[in-house]
Amino acid sequence: MADTMQFDLVSPERSLASLQAASVQIPGADGDMTAMPDHAPTITTLRPGILTVNGPDGESSYAVTGGFAEISAERTSVLAEKAIPTADVSAADMDALVATATDAVANATADDKDATTKALADMEALRVALGV
Amino acid sequence: MPNLKELKNRIASVKNTRKITKAMQMVAAAKLRRAQEAAEQSRPYTERFNAVMAGLAASVGGSDSGPKLLTGTGSDQTQLIVLMTSERGLCGGFNTNIVKVARARINELKAAGKTVKVLTVGKKGRDQLKRDFGDLYIGHVDMTEVKRIGYSDAQGIAREILSRFDAGEFDVATIFYAKFVNVVSQVPTAQQIIPFAVPEGTDVEEGAIYDYEPSEEEILADLLPRGVATAVFSALLENGASEQGARMSAMDNATRNAGEMIDKLTIEYNRSRQAVITNELIEIISGAEAL
Repeated sequence: MADTMQFDLVSPERSLASLQAASVQIPGADGDMTAMPDHAPTITTLRPGILTVNGPDGESSYAVTGGFAEISAERTSVLAEKAIPTADVSAADMDALVATATDAVANATADDKDATTKALADMEALRVALGV
Repeated sequence: MPNLKELKNRIASVKNTRKITKAMQMVAAAKLRRAQEAAEQSRPYTERFNAVMAGLAASVGGSDSGPKLLTGTGSDQTQLIVLMTSERGLCGGFNTNIVKVARARINELKAAGKTVKVLTVGKKGRDQLKRDFGDLYIGHVDMTEVKRIGYSDAQGIAREILSRFDAGEFDVATIFYAKFVNVVSQVPTAQQIIPFAVPEGTDVEEGAIYDYEPSEEEILADLLPRGVATAVFSALLENGASEQGARMSAMDNATRNAGEMIDKLTIEYNRSRQAVITNELIEIISGAEAL
């Protein structure tokens, strides 16, 4: 069994990380999951949360908002709508994200009321977790 | 023959023009490099995204119960044309080329009896189509204030398109933009974004059977709107690079033309100066002879 797998974290604007990782903890829509080498091929959507990578240079973590992750035996690719290293997240960033989520709830139709409310709750939980 | 003073002024003014076009060319070159970098950095995301979408679409798309964004509304009567052009001029045939392709498509659709609606992004295209198709306009996105194209800009446009789709305003949406090939070549391109069509050149991965969490349908419902934003974003970036490339070569041409003009005017100036001197000499000599 391989010890590491290729891990890529990309956002539409740039590629944030591309390295060999031993494990990646992903905030999946249905709950956190940890992907390790030889994981069964899986595609999951993301909720706003913290993504943690165990790489050769120790652990690094990123705040991600929506997007999805594609996991296969040799590689894990996370395509996040927005991804920021946790150390760089500012209060202003979070304010903007929470404000957007709040707007979405306010403008939601009956169909996506639940989804937007959950997104807002996740966003606020992320803010608490980051402590900004 | 114009007099000397006029010629001198002309030369000075063309020289100024050349300075301006030269400066614009260099600014465009610098912006082009940035735009190209941005386009390159977004490529990994777009490629992976499209690959995953293509796989999902293939597995879900067969059924009629698929989401509307994927399978369409079952009609193609009302067509939305999203016309992406630049906010500024002086970029050669860039805007005209995109508009030409869009105009041909609109005429074709109208001839086929379809209803056409137009959403413009960037004011140059809006101005060019206004006379013929002004009554088809349903909206305009202003990008004047945007210095650096970000994903949030694309999301804004995508939201606008999606809310109109949800409201049943159109069945098929196509974006028109210029694909960046290199500095001298930008290809006007039409890309259908609703219903989702796998862009050309996407390699669909075969073999791996994925587990989906949550279900395939839910993931698809989550990804399809993002797909629109992603397509819009990459079109915006391509367009940005194309605009700067077109402007750079247009300004390069203008600079060269100004140079040629200066040479021609200088020769003319020197000739007429010589003519004046010769004239004066003749006058002096004939004056002396007359004594």
